[in-house]
Amino acid sequence: MTPRQRRMIWVAVIITGVSLATFLALAAFQKNLLYFYTPSQVQAGEAPTGYAFRVGGLVEKGSVKRQPDSLAVRFTLTDGNAKVTVFYDGILPDLFREGQGIIAIGQLQPDGLFKASQVLAKHDENYMPPEVADALKKTGAMPTVDEFKGANR
Amino acid sequence: MWSFFHKLASPKHFYRIAGAWIPWLGGITLLLMVVGLYLGLWVAPPDYQQGDSYRIMFVHVPAAWMSLFIYVFMAVCGGIGLIWNMKMADIMAMTSAPIGASFTFLALVTGSIWGKPMWGTWWVWDARLTSELILLFLYLGYIALQNAIEDPRTAARAGAILAIVGSVNIPIIHYSVEWWNTLHQGPTVTRMDKPAIHSSMLWPLLLMALAFQLYFFTLLLMRARVELLYRERRSRWVRELMGNLQPSPLSNNREVI
Repeated sequence: MTPRQRRMIWVAVIITGVSLATFLALAAFQKNLLYFYTPSQVQAGEAPTGYAFRVGGLVEKGSVKRQPDSLAVRFTLTDGNAKVTVFYDGILPDLFREGQGIIAIGQLQPDGLFKASQVLAKHDENYMPPEVADALKKTGAMPTVDEFKGANR
Repeated sequence: MWSFFHKLASPKHFYRIAGAWIPWLGGITLLLMVVGLYLGLWVAPPDYQQGDSYRIMFVHVPAAWMSLFIYVFMAVCGGIGLIWNMKMADIMAMTSAPIGASFTFLALVTGSIWGKPMWGTWWVWDARLTSELILLFLYLGYIALQNAIEDPRTAARAGAILAIVGSVNIPIIHYSVEWWNTLHQGPTVTRMDKPAIHSSMLWPLLLMALAFQLYFFTLLLMRARVELLYRERRSRWVRELMGNLQPSPLSNNREVI
């Protein structure tokens, strides 16, 4: 075996070894790397109860109820299967609207209400002019935000 | 064809060929960037959801792509230098690191500026953002390691191993938005099933991506030439080039530069 071949094998060994180690580490941390829980996961009791976590889903149409004279707002997040009601008292991001993907950070109250301390908007990966979006909505071909559905892959 | 590559691997010829390419590459870069920015900032329509804010994408996305590309480039050059003991590959790997770090920094900063109005936060510790930040640290670690070792051969070898080890992060960054729930949205351009971006927005994006790519190669050649002059400062061709050495009238193998 020439020194060059030996070096090639060394490089291959390093790449394989590090990839394997990373794969195992990521597989072990899979749960901790989830940025948010889906409403289905919350309903199934997978989300922690004692401390703050994030829940992500679509704002259900017609569920946004604002309190007059304050910033407080109450809305329902859904992933198509389950729902979580969120209460938030603060400034909402520009993209917040019904049907929008939202991530709320906060704690689950004993009564099942999710009290959020921060609300973030998650936009999808589609970019198009407003006219195109309107046309797509009319024909019903608008791409849907499906990222909250099969979230626990 | 192969003799051309062999010539590129020789410092003297590389210096000459790179010098001839730089003005062309730089000129095309400038042209593409002006056209890309004009199409992106003036011609492209606003987005149905994000209005005009999405236009930062024309800088953010190419910068992020380059941050990944340059790291892979660096690791491949490092590997070639490690296996075939090629001096030019070492220089390529070494000189591309600060450029890659700059693109990574640019991607993180523009992402942050985009994130504040759209998401409602400058920064979150989701898988995409965190892995991109780790990429910046990998670049900085590589640069620090290169500077810490005096001997260029040892520095190149140590750097190459770090670059190769760190390259596991590249697929993690790319697939982070698919493997885990992240605040960052999924891939737009590489999605195959349906066009996720309107063509009036896709073209400026691709032009900008090409411009950034050529910008990288322009800078790379410029930096590699400087590094080459420094490393070869004692060689005859550099001293002749610098006018420090009058070629002896007796030397019959004087080469024309």
